[in-house]
Amino acid sequence: MKFSIQINEGPYQHQASDTAYQFAKAAIEKGHEIFRVFFYHDGVNNASNFTVPPQDDRNVVKLWAELKQSDGSDIDKVVCVAAALRRGMLDESEAGKNSIEGHNIHPSFRISGLGQLIEAGIQSDRLVVFGD
Amino acid sequence: MLHTVNKSSFERNSLQSCINIIDDNSVILLIEDGVISCTNNANSEMIAGLAEDGRVYALQGDVDARGISSKVADNIKLVDYAEFVDLVVEHGTPVSWV
Amino acid sequence: MSITKKFMYLNRKSSYGTVYAIESLEVVLIAAAFDQDVSLAFIDDGVFQIVNGQNTDGIGMKNFSKTFHALGDYDINKLYVSKESLDERGLNEDDIMPLVYEDEDDDWAEKPSVKVVSNAELSLIMSEQDVCLSF
Repeated sequence: MKFSIQINEGPYQHQASDTAYQFAKAAIEKGHEIFRVFFYHDGVNNASNFTVPPQDDRNVVKLWAELKQSDGSDIDKVVCVAAALRRGMLDESEAGKNSIEGHNIHPSFRISGLGQLIEAGIQSDRLVVFGD
Repeated sequence: MLHTVNKSSFERNSLQSCINIIDDNSVILLIEDGVISCTNNANSEMIAGLAEDGRVYALQGDVDARGISSKVADNIKLVDYAEFVDLVVEHGTPVSWV
Repeated sequence: MSITKKFMYLNRKSSYGTVYAIESLEVVLIAAAFDQDVSLAFIDDGVFQIVNGQNTDGIGMKNFSKTFHALGDYDINKLYVSKESLDERGLNEDDIMPLVYEDEDDDWAEKPSVKVVSNAELSLIMSEQDVCLSF
């Protein structure tokens, strides 16, 4: 089956991202495809390129960055642009448009619009939401 | 349908609200802090009937993490993440009571 | 051939205390462009999202409740409110914003978009959905 996942909370503050990751990993191991992972609300913080967690704990951003489909291909990880801008998560393009120095979205994520979430709901067999 | 509840019934009303609305074919999966509701406690009556019908599941990893493995109420079925995936496949669109 | 699915947006939190209400509404507005079969459910404190007479002057936040009035123009006209949730909170149908849409199949007659329903009715509506987004 094709799964999509919506994550509404940031890393560490809530367990949502961890549970979503374990779910995605299990789905992949069972041979399912992850159509898209969509980060909304504070979930956009899962894409931060500046996270420095303690050495003895999991690195949530890195876990998502390195998770692959069963055939080794990349997983489409989308950060909602409106939610991201509100929370100071910018890629190079958005930083440029808004005249802000620096950008902080991890390169394995992409910023896009809410339409990507709706499309995920339409195109996937199942959409699972993880939040607070 | 599959309904996931991720908050303890002592913290939030999500579990009660879920139970108020689910139909006779739905099942509930307790995840994260929601697994607190799967122990024998003051709120056990909330899901006792559903559990007896085999309609309540709890994520084993979350149960173990919270040190309540020995306190899980009768008839609650413990599942791992792989079985969580299977429940979503089997029951269709999940509703997340967050 | 394009796919049409039944999307339900589940709202259980009131506005302003958290961001979920406004950001959920933003999803609904974007979703309008995708021609899907959209329903909104307001349960628990979510019923407060569409209570009439919201005034945010005193808290310095944007009053986005007016945006609900635009939903009818985008063919989003199935807003289900839990009667039990209203009753528990001392509210009734008169407290809800008078949201309307124009029914093109009935000579553009203006009709209410909000339907107060029992939890039992909501259960049936929910069981018919293909996608349920929670915020």
